[in-house]
Amino acid sequence: MANIVIDNITKSFGSFIALARVDLNIADGEFLALLGPSGCGKTTLLRIIAGLETQSSGQVKIGGRDVSVLPPRKRGLAMVFQNYAVFPHMTVRQNVGFGLRMAGADAARIERQVARAAALLHIQPNLDRYPAQLSGGQRQRVAVARALAIEPTVLLMDEPLSNLDALLRLEMRAELKSVLREAGTTTIYVTHDQTEAMGLADRIAVLHAGRIQQIGTPTEVYAFPATTFVGGFVGSPPMNFLTLPVENGSVRLGALTLKSPTGCEGQIVLGVRPEDLEPTVAAEGFSFTVRVTEPLGPHIMLTGESVGQPVRVVVPPDRPVPVGATMHLRPRYDRVVWMDPASGAAIGREETRQLGLGAAGN
Amino acid sequence: MRARSIPYLLIAPSLGFLTVLFFVPLVQTIALAFQADGIWSTANFSRMAGDLNFTDAVVNTFEIVIIVVPLQLLLALGMAMLLQHVRGGRDIVLWIWSIPLGISDLAAGLVWLAILTDKGYLNTILLGLGVLSGPQSWLSYETPVTLLAAIVVAELWRATAIVLVILVAGVQLVPKEYGEAAEVFGATPWQRFTRVTLPLLKPSIQTALVLRTVLAFEMFAIVLSIGGRNFPVLVSEAFNWQYNQQDYGVAAAYAVIVMGVSLAATLIYLWVLRTPAAQR
Amino acid sequence: MTLRRAVFITGIVVLCAWTLVPIYLIALGAIGGRTVVNSWPKPFLPPADLSFATMREFFDITGVWTSALYSVEAAVLCMAFSIVLGVPGGYALARFVFPGATTYRLLILLTRAFPVAILALPLTVGFIRLGLYDTPFGVGLMHTTLALPFAVLISASLFQAIPRELEEAAWVFGCSPVRAFWRVMLPLALPGIAAVAIFAFVISWNEVFAASVLTVRHKTLTAYLLSVLSESPLHVQFAGGFVLIVPSVLFIFLVRKRLFSVWGIANR
Repeated sequence: MANIVIDNITKSFGSFIALARVDLNIADGEFLALLGPSGCGKTTLLRIIAGLETQSSGQVKIGGRDVSVLPPRKRGLAMVFQNYAVFPHMTVRQNVGFGLRMAGADAARIERQVARAAALLHIQPNLDRYPAQLSGGQRQRVAVARALAIEPTVLLMDEPLSNLDALLRLEMRAELKSVLREAGTTTIYVTHDQTEAMGLADRIAVLHAGRIQQIGTPTEVYAFPATTFVGGFVGSPPMNFLTLPVENGSVRLGALTLKSPTGCEGQIVLGVRPEDLEPTVAAEGFSFTVRVTEPLGPHIMLTGESVGQPVRVVVPPDRPVPVGATMHLRPRYDRVVWMDPASGAAIGREETRQLGLGAAGN
Repeated sequence: MRARSIPYLLIAPSLGFLTVLFFVPLVQTIALAFQADGIWSTANFSRMAGDLNFTDAVVNTFEIVIIVVPLQLLLALGMAMLLQHVRGGRDIVLWIWSIPLGISDLAAGLVWLAILTDKGYLNTILLGLGVLSGPQSWLSYETPVTLLAAIVVAELWRATAIVLVILVAGVQLVPKEYGEAAEVFGATPWQRFTRVTLPLLKPSIQTALVLRTVLAFEMFAIVLSIGGRNFPVLVSEAFNWQYNQQDYGVAAAYAVIVMGVSLAATLIYLWVLRTPAAQR
Repeated sequence: MTLRRAVFITGIVVLCAWTLVPIYLIALGAIGGRTVVNSWPKPFLPPADLSFATMREFFDITGVWTSALYSVEAAVLCMAFSIVLGVPGGYALARFVFPGATTYRLLILLTRAFPVAILALPLTVGFIRLGLYDTPFGVGLMHTTLALPFAVLISASLFQAIPRELEEAAWVFGCSPVRAFWRVMLPLALPGIAAVAIFAFVISWNEVFAASVLTVRHKTLTAYLLSVLSESPLHVQFAGGFVLIVPSVLFIFLVRKRLFSVWGIANR
C-alpha cells in the first residue's frame, strides 16, 4: 500500500502535447478514477505511472520513492489491461501466478496466493484451463486475479470493463468494488464511462486535452463542476448551460431575476442539471418549448429550448408533455452553478439568490 | 442469393492447373523412380546409391541443412527482435535486410564467388591484414571444410531474409500488451522474450522452418556456382542425371528422396511445434 | 549513449553492411571490367576510368540478350497466370463458406511446403510430348506452379481484409455480384494484387533449376548463366550476377510497402 505523487508531469509525442501539466496526489488506499473522453491523455498518464511510457518531464513517486526512471518491473505495481493481456499459452493458474514466479517466490507461497486470488474472483473451477476456453468476462477476472495475487502497492486499471457487454459490466463493477475495498490497495482506474467512475471511485480526476480539469469526490464533481466541460461530461444527461446577459449585478431569466456572482459583467453562463429544473407557473419561471420527448423508464426526458438555447429537462414518467407545448421551469437555486462564458470555469460558490419575481422589467 | 456452384467455379481454374502441373507430375515422379525398363523395380535407386557421388550428395545436403537452418532461425530471431527496438528508419532497415529475398540463388552464388574466389575480396582483405602472403584457394576440392563454410555463409546471406520476413510478420501479430503485462509483472527483457514472445511466435517459427527447410533441401544453383562439381548435393545430382546423362529414372529417384525428406521434415515440424487445441 | 545502445546500433549497422557490401562488390566487378576482375589484390573502390565496357561486352555476348528476353517472357507469363488463376481462388476462400474450402486451402499450403522445382523433371517428358519443351512458355507455366499458392493465399487475405459490408452495400444499391466485385473489391485489392504480381515476376525471374531442366536452346537468363558457369570468364559471371540482381531488387524496392503489408507486416 502506498501513496502516489505525480509531480509536474508533461508528455508530448513530437509536436502533439498529450499531457500539458499534471499534478496529482493520491492517498494510500484511495481509489482514484481518471475520467475523460478519448484522446484526453488519461491512458497516457496511466502508462507513465506504470513506466510503459516515459514522461517528457516531471516525476512519479510511489510511497515516497522516486520511480520516474525505473522500468515497470521495478515499480511494484500491478496492471489490468483493457484487452486483459492474459497469456494464451499458459493456464489460468500459471497466469495468475506469473508475477509471483517472476519475483522468485517459492512454490508454496505461489500456490497460496493463487488460491486466494482465484477465490476472490470466483475462478477456481477454471484454474487448469486455458484462456482460449474462457469467456471474455472470465478472462477479465483472470486478469484481475493476476494483479491481486502479487498484493501490489499500487493497482492500475486501464478501462478493464469496456470490452464487456452492458449487463456483465454492471455485475463486474459491483464485484470489483467489493473485492478492491477488501484489499484496500491504492488504485488508479482509467475510464471514459462517467457512470463507472461515479460508481467506483473515492475521487475522480476529470481530464480534458491533457489537463486535469477537476479533482473531487463523485458528489463534488457532479454537483459542483469546475468547468463547463466537467458539467457536460459528468452525468447523463449532461448539465444545461444557458448564456445570459448580466445587467447591474443581476441576471434575468424569463420572469426570474437572479443575483449574479460579484464582479461579473457582460455575459455569464448558468449551469443547471435537467433534474434540477422544476415545472412551475409562468409568473415564477422561464418558458421552455418542448421539441422531443423520450420516455426512458424512470423518467421522461424532454429536449427543447429556452431563451433560444437548447435545454433538457427531466420529468416524472407519469406526467407526459406533448411535443410543441410550452411549459415553465424554475431552477433549484442550491443546485445552480455559474460559469464564465469565455473560460468555462466555475465562478465562486456563492449561493444563488433570487432577487425578485415578476414580469420582465423589474 | 449466390448459386452454390460459384465458389467451385472460382477455385476450379487454380485447382485444375495444379492438378496438371503439380499432382500429376508428383505421381509421375514416383512412377518414374520406381520403374525401370517398363517394370516396377528399385533399379533406379540401386543405380543412384551405387554412384560415386551419392553418399557425398546425401551427406553434403544434410550437413548444410542441419547447419544452416538453425543458424538462420537464430539470426532471424535476433534480427526481428532488434528491429522491434528500431524507431526511426525501421522501414529502411527492414528493406535492406529483405533485399536478399529478391536475389536469385544463382546470383547469390556469383556474389560470394566474387568474394571468396582465389583472387577475390576476402583474400584481398586478408592480404592487407597480413594473414596471407598470396592468393589462397578456399573453394577447391582440397579444402572441403572451407568450401562447406563458404556455402553456409552464402546461404546464410541469401536466405535469412525469408525467415526474417515471416518472423517479423509474426511478431506484429503478437499484441504488445502481452509484453507489457509481462514487464509490469516483473519479467526482465530476457524473461519476456523466452516466456512470452517466443511461445507466442511458435506458429510463425513453424511456418518459417517448414518453408526454409524445404527450400534448403532444394539447394542447387548456389552450390554449383561456388563449389562447381566439388560439392555435390541431392538436387545437383538429380539435375546431372536428368540433363547430362539423360537418365530420367535415376533423376526421378533423387527427386523422390528430396520429396521424402522434405515431407518428413515438415511433418516433424508440424508435430513438434503444434499449438494444442486448448490454447487456440 | 549507453553501452547497450552503442552495441545495439553497431549490430544494426553491421547487419545492414553484411547485406549491402557483397552487392556493392559484385556491382564493382560487373562495372569495373576485366581489369578489376582479374586484378590482384582487388580494389575496393571503383576505378578512376569507370566504364560500362564490361556491361556492354556482357550484353554483346550472344545469348545474353536473347536469354534475358526469354526470362522476361516466362516471368510475364508466370505473373499473368498466377493472378488470373489465383485471385478467383483467393476470393472464393475469403467470401464463401463451402464444403471443401479447408481441403482446398490445405492443398494450396501443401504445394508451398514442397520442393516444387523438382517436378520439372517429370514435366520434361510431358512437355516434350506437348511441344512445350525448350520454350519460355513452358518455363512460365512451371513457374506459375511456384507462384500460384502465394497468389491464392495472399489474395484471400487481401479480400478478407476488405469489409464484406462494402460489397453488400453495392448489392443493395443495385450492383450484380460481378459488377460489385469489379467496382468495389478489385479496386481496393488492386495495390495488394499488384504487389503479388510483381512478386510472382521476381520468383520467375530468379528461378534456376526448372528453367535449366526445361530449356536447351531457348534458355532463360538464369539457365544460360548456369550453363556457361564453368566456361565463361569471371568478369562475365560477375556481370551476369549483377544483371540478375538489379531488376529484382528494384522491383522489390518499388513494392516493398505493399509486400510487407501483404505478408502481414504493418508499419506499427
